[in-house]
Amino acid sequence: MSFWSKVSKNAFYVGMLLMLTLPLAYAQSQSAIEPASDQAKGISYIWWSMFWVALVIFVAVMLLLGWGLWKGRSKKPTQLSYLASRNLVVIAGVAIPLITVLCLVGGSLMLGRSLSAQPPDGALEVRITGWMWWWQIEYLDDNNKVIATTANELHIPVNRPIKLYLESGDVIHSFWVPQLHGKTDLIPGRTNSSWFEANVAGTFRGQCAEFCGLQHALMGFLVVAESKAEFQSWLKNQQSESQQPKNSETLAGQQVFFKTGCQQCHTIRGTDAAGTAGPDLTHLASRESIAAVTRKNSRAHLGGWIADPNGIKPGAKMPLSQLNAKQLSNLLDYLQSLD
Amino acid sequence: MKNQIPTEQAIFDHQQGSEPILDKTWLSPTGFFGWFTHVNQRKIGFRFVVTSLIFFALGGLLALLMRLQLVQPENTLMGAEFYHQIMTMHGTTMMFFFAVPAMEGLGIYLVPLMLGTRDMSFPRLNAFGYYVYLIAGITLYLALFLGMAPDTGWFSYVPLAGIEFSPGKGVSFWTTMITFIEISALTAAVELIVTILKQRAPGMTLNRMPIFVWSILVMSFMIVFAMPTVMVGSVLLALDRTFATQFFVAAGGGDPLLWQHLFWFFGHPEVYIIVVPALGIVSTIISTFCQREIFGYTAVVLSMVTIGFVSFGLWVHHMFTTGLPHLGLSFFTAASAMIAIPSGVQIFCWIATLWGSKVRLKTPMLFIMGFFAVFVIGGLTGVMAASIPFDMQAHDSYFVVAHLHYVLIGGAVLPFFAGLYYWYPKMTGKMLSERLGQWSFWLIFVGLNLTFFPMHQLGLDGMPRRVYTYLHSMGWEDINFFVTCAAFLMAFGFLLTFINTFISPHKSKSAGSNPWQADTLEWWAESPPRNYNFRHLPVVNSRTPLWQKAPIHKVTGIRADRRETLITTLLDAKAQSVCIMPTPTYWPFVLALTVGFGFLGFMFKPILFVVGFFLSFFAILGWLWPSRPWLAEKPPEEGHPIRGLQ
Repeated sequence: MSFWSKVSKNAFYVGMLLMLTLPLAYAQSQSAIEPASDQAKGISYIWWSMFWVALVIFVAVMLLLGWGLWKGRSKKPTQLSYLASRNLVVIAGVAIPLITVLCLVGGSLMLGRSLSAQPPDGALEVRITGWMWWWQIEYLDDNNKVIATTANELHIPVNRPIKLYLESGDVIHSFWVPQLHGKTDLIPGRTNSSWFEANVAGTFRGQCAEFCGLQHALMGFLVVAESKAEFQSWLKNQQSESQQPKNSETLAGQQVFFKTGCQQCHTIRGTDAAGTAGPDLTHLASRESIAAVTRKNSRAHLGGWIADPNGIKPGAKMPLSQLNAKQLSNLLDYLQSLD
Repeated sequence: MKNQIPTEQAIFDHQQGSEPILDKTWLSPTGFFGWFTHVNQRKIGFRFVVTSLIFFALGGLLALLMRLQLVQPENTLMGAEFYHQIMTMHGTTMMFFFAVPAMEGLGIYLVPLMLGTRDMSFPRLNAFGYYVYLIAGITLYLALFLGMAPDTGWFSYVPLAGIEFSPGKGVSFWTTMITFIEISALTAAVELIVTILKQRAPGMTLNRMPIFVWSILVMSFMIVFAMPTVMVGSVLLALDRTFATQFFVAAGGGDPLLWQHLFWFFGHPEVYIIVVPALGIVSTIISTFCQREIFGYTAVVLSMVTIGFVSFGLWVHHMFTTGLPHLGLSFFTAASAMIAIPSGVQIFCWIATLWGSKVRLKTPMLFIMGFFAVFVIGGLTGVMAASIPFDMQAHDSYFVVAHLHYVLIGGAVLPFFAGLYYWYPKMTGKMLSERLGQWSFWLIFVGLNLTFFPMHQLGLDGMPRRVYTYLHSMGWEDINFFVTCAAFLMAFGFLLTFINTFISPHKSKSAGSNPWQADTLEWWAESPPRNYNFRHLPVVNSRTPLWQKAPIHKVTGIRADRRETLITTLLDAKAQSVCIMPTPTYWPFVLALTVGFGFLGFMFKPILFVVGFFLSFFAILGWLWPSRPWLAEKPPEEGHPIRGLQ
């Protein structure tokens, strides 16, 4: 019997210990069971109901097995009659699983239908394109025209449905913000869609969930849910063109940007830079992080990233730069002025 | 000498005092070069099992390397590139080079013994299948050591695995060797089917066949229907990569999702291809250690058949997040969840059998008990993952990593190791050390729960799978550290079993022919069995031939001076004719080499495939060249029942 007590003990202790202590250590939650939208809440509800049902089934099966084995400890082995055995198999092996499975299938289908339905009117439409290994985010107006472009940071208003058009520029990626919704794949040649509605303000981390090559692990992004007013002013700023250089350092920095070929890959609206291979940098300084949420957006991190992107994300498509200290400093001045 | 349909009542017995002749007839040539000529089912089956265990150890080492990399956030032990190579190799090894060959190997070794026959139906094809497997495995590992291993995951999704994003040789190695190894799986499956349907001992009707043999039959049929899909998929991928066809390229009118359909139409049945024989092992061992016939023989067999069927209807649950229409997906939710019912039937048939019996808790039975707990958890989380909304969160997260390891280790590895402890005495004539076995079991059992249970939590915490690193700020480091330590505990448990298999033959006592007092025919043979399995072929008249009081009837009339065995009818196993088996030969090995040359050459120069094709043609010619001495004998009369099968 020590066997069964060990099984349940070990499962119980490990499960409980981890569930109780670890959420406290979170700095940046990506937890599916701390939902912040109706969609994620629905899924988390279905998870917890399945969890309790599964726990009961597991314990029941183990107890039944244990009981049967316990019976064999008596001097004279007993055997279940044919009828009892048959009833055991029919009730526990067919009827109960059938009922459980029917409930599960029914519940899942109903929730699934509401998740896959069209969003209510008035949704904010955003097109998200996955690239190796960053996210391009474009806000669309009513005529499906792009009104603002950013990268790796999706700002959304609270309590308004957000409709996503998900596309891929190269391989298959998957868009996943556990606190807001389950994942949807971005597949070349297709446009998938998904929608959710955040009901609390906050910053939620998301991440690519489909293996997409070298830097799949560090292909993160942020979803910033904020009040309607905050969002409107943010969007207005994003729609505008970039700041023009105001002093000699930033002007020099802009020249470095063009002289060293940065514009071949990056766009800065309001200048001649219109490259499309890398993220749009028009309002770079307004973002919280760089390198797909790998580092905080600070001068030091940005400098380190420009000097040697592959040192931070091996395999990143951005090439090593050959800037001297002065050039780099000017370039950083310029980039940091782009808010 | 006249040939007749042998009957159990036949008066003349060619095998009276015929052991030396039988030994000579069925001799496998000795020495290094003799090794390449063996065609005997026990030799081939044993090689499959041993080789698959070596690959299991290699796959396990790769897993430990991965765990070392993930022990702390932003670890720099290895680069992303190397991590992805070992990740791909771990999955590929465990699925293609361990699980399927191990189960097939066990089947090849045991099925003829359980059926009371002398060899498989196509012994040379059998040998060919092994060499193909060996060549594929060695090639893939050579690629790893040369730094050319595939790095796109064992599922090789396009377009990542396409030539544009994976220009190196890695994915080419993968597609080629996957096609290659499936040839081996298919040859073994075909042979197992024919052997099981046509070579059962007289009287062993389908209704009396051991449950393990049923499970191997179901597995073989599943292989026959599932493997061609992945072969087609990987050939199409190879064409895309080599000749710029556009099957999977969206820009060229192809569809990346086609790959996923093809891959998972194979990939999901694959799981049950591994699990079904394991269920057979579980039934066999439970029956032996309770000394009772399994309750609900028919229900158990039908459950396995049902699982086999249904497993072909649920591949799309790997694709719930690809944006397919919801109504279409619902069908696959229902099909996936339905698997719970045949599984439930099996589990409660076992409990009904165990109920109140004096179970001997020896190592094999301990592994089966461990299987119960682990497999039930894996099954329950599997039903959860069948729910589309929940799967949208769990899919491609560590929750699924936990689930699949619970199913595969619980559902296949634990029963396989139970089988190893159970049949080792038959294979070697020696018992495995019981004490080491118990230690090994507890380390594995505790280790695997501590390793994989916390991963459920990691998945719910949002940790995606297939990541080579994660950031400090994610809060995943404590569980990952814990999990890595536990993985080493589990690995140590497996190591103990390996040590056990090496030292026990020298220290342990002789097993005798039936150490567990089991009921199936393999225990009627000597331990280890002679090359011809049985001196006399048995006649069966119950499901548990060795538990009956009356002595077993023997078939007579089989010649001892050449390789003969008995063919019986499909349903009720009535003696039908005598089959003459082929003798040892180099040709299967040569053919495997030439086929291997063609496949490997294709990666470097497509024309070499054609060269390999013609070389193989000559090898087949050599294989089939008429050289059988008995052909010189006087031809049998009209309507004579003898048929050679080769």
